[in-house]
Amino acid sequence: MGNMPFVVSMILVAIGFLTLITRRNLIKLAIGISIIEMGVNLFLVSLGYVKGGIAPIYTYAPPEARAMVFPTPQALTLTAIVIGLATTALMLAFAVVIYRHRGTLDAGKIRELRG
Amino acid sequence: MLVHAPILAIAVPLLGAFSLLGVSYINRTLRNVWACLIAAFTSAMAVAVAIRAFTEGVVVYTLGAASPTESVTAGGFPIRIVLAVDGLGAFMGLIAALAGVVAFIYCFQYLREEEGKSLGLSLLLLLWAGILGMVYTGDLFNFFVFLEITSIAACALIGYRVWESRPAEAAFKTMAMYTLGGLLVLIAVGILYGEYDALNIAYLSKAITGSLLDRLALGLLLGGLLMKAGAVPAHMWAPDAYGEAPAMATIVLVANTQAAIYAILRVVFTLFGGALASPGIGWLIASLGIATVLVAVLMAVVQRHLGRLIAYGAVSQLGYMLLAVGVGLVARGGFGEVALTGGIFHMINDAASVGLLFLVVGAVRRAAGSVDLPSLGGLGHTLRWEAGFFLLGALALAGIPPLNGFASKFLIYESTFRASPILAALALLASILLLAVVVRAFQGAFLGPRAREASPAPRGMLVAMGILALVIIVFGLFPGFFIERIVSPAVQAVLTGREAYLAAVLGG
Repeated sequence: MGNMPFVVSMILVAIGFLTLITRRNLIKLAIGISIIEMGVNLFLVSLGYVKGGIAPIYTYAPPEARAMVFPTPQALTLTAIVIGLATTALMLAFAVVIYRHRGTLDAGKIRELRG
Repeated sequence: MLVHAPILAIAVPLLGAFSLLGVSYINRTLRNVWACLIAAFTSAMAVAVAIRAFTEGVVVYTLGAASPTESVTAGGFPIRIVLAVDGLGAFMGLIAALAGVVAFIYCFQYLREEEGKSLGLSLLLLLWAGILGMVYTGDLFNFFVFLEITSIAACALIGYRVWESRPAEAAFKTMAMYTLGGLLVLIAVGILYGEYDALNIAYLSKAITGSLLDRLALGLLLGGLLMKAGAVPAHMWAPDAYGEAPAMATIVLVANTQAAIYAILRVVFTLFGGALASPGIGWLIASLGIATVLVAVLMAVVQRHLGRLIAYGAVSQLGYMLLAVGVGLVARGGFGEVALTGGIFHMINDAASVGLLFLVVGAVRRAAGSVDLPSLGGLGHTLRWEAGFFLLGALALAGIPPLNGFASKFLIYESTFRASPILAALALLASILLLAVVVRAFQGAFLGPRAREASPAPRGMLVAMGILALVIIVFGLFPGFFIERIVSPAVQAVLTGREAYLAAVLGG
């Protein structure tokens, strides 16, 4: 059971890649990348988990607590979430610009740049 | 002050990018002065770091410690984020400084106010800060953060012309590839953290044993960075991005791509230098490199869009660098040094020659309103300087003596020939083909009868192109001097500097 979070996070990454390969709608491509991001974030968080651990805040730690989870992966994940927000927002913004110019979100129809 | 140079080189453009937007609301002249101050200060800091790294060895700067040299806490564990600049990082910092300064000089007259000049300047600073961060940091997660800063700033610059449809398409494609590459890097960072509880590159390098997970992490890091660099088969975004981005952004994008090559060198030779750097990986990188060269040059032949034609040329030059890195890894002891000297020297030559060509393309687009080759012709009658700069850049790109491209490409051919004559022959052939392509583009755009009216570029843009032209000529005439002064420390840092790097960061 200990490896379950890793398995789940990698399944999420796989679902994201599958979305990227099978979908042509630009919004869905952005969603696919978001799903991969979430999988990676879940992977990072679960790296720091200690069985029975509590949140790593020393000041308010209950006296009976025996273990704390690692704080570093949580900090990493927070940073990665913020970065993910920025990339997703930017991709959606480009999708809006493309839609305004071309009137479609189908990646197959908007290929002006090829070859 | 100079002790803090490494962090100032990152923090000043980063904060400057955001403060610039505030200042731009007050007054445009004040904004221009502010941007010039930030750019001058940043490049001065990059040069100061480079001088220190070349004369005193690895420059280590610890963030959040009582003193910047206190990189290790009690117990010998590097808990804080460190910036560690060795010869290679310092060399990349110089390239970034050159590209940034040229881009700033160029864009003051290239961007129009109604095109959102303040935003363009701000994004350019952000991209610059990200590149400097990537090449200076000694922390793996910090590296990922700077990688993403460059991705976001670069894509925003590529899609900068929102009033056209093509840039947004290029930016979307690039963003998808950059984000995927970044996520692969992040998974690798997570794997390494989970295994060794550390993010410091020097500490990890010491700890890495070569387990299955380490191999997986190496594969993910290389995959992500090759996507970011635009090597075959993940090269599709690169010509779109270079072809559609505004010209002043393209030269910094080239520096950004080279920062990805820097990261490959750092990962292969420093991070995994102890346990896993095998000739097999070298052959893999070399074959990807030659594939990139061939695909890019063949695609350049059929281009009708001048920007995309040069963009494919830029991608092919990246292939030469990968080829050199691969050959350097295959033969670490012997002629690998020649290969790495050629590859690393080629980075700055490529930034100068490809950058110059992109700046000329930007000037042509501004002057003639189009960069579609069939509709251009005879621009040389009015755009005399631009025609000269284009020819110079094209010859340097193709590696014609006595220009700088020849000096570095010759070293790459020579060393590749000793590793595999077939690869060397293919690389040479591609170079000749590239010469034919760019000379044909020159002839089509600048010679012949006048096809349309064009007005010469403003002086600021010509000065920016002139700086790069000067670099091309001076580096071509005195390659030995520059190889000895700035390239050789970088090569030594790659080949033999791992112990010095570890000792500088971890102490003892």
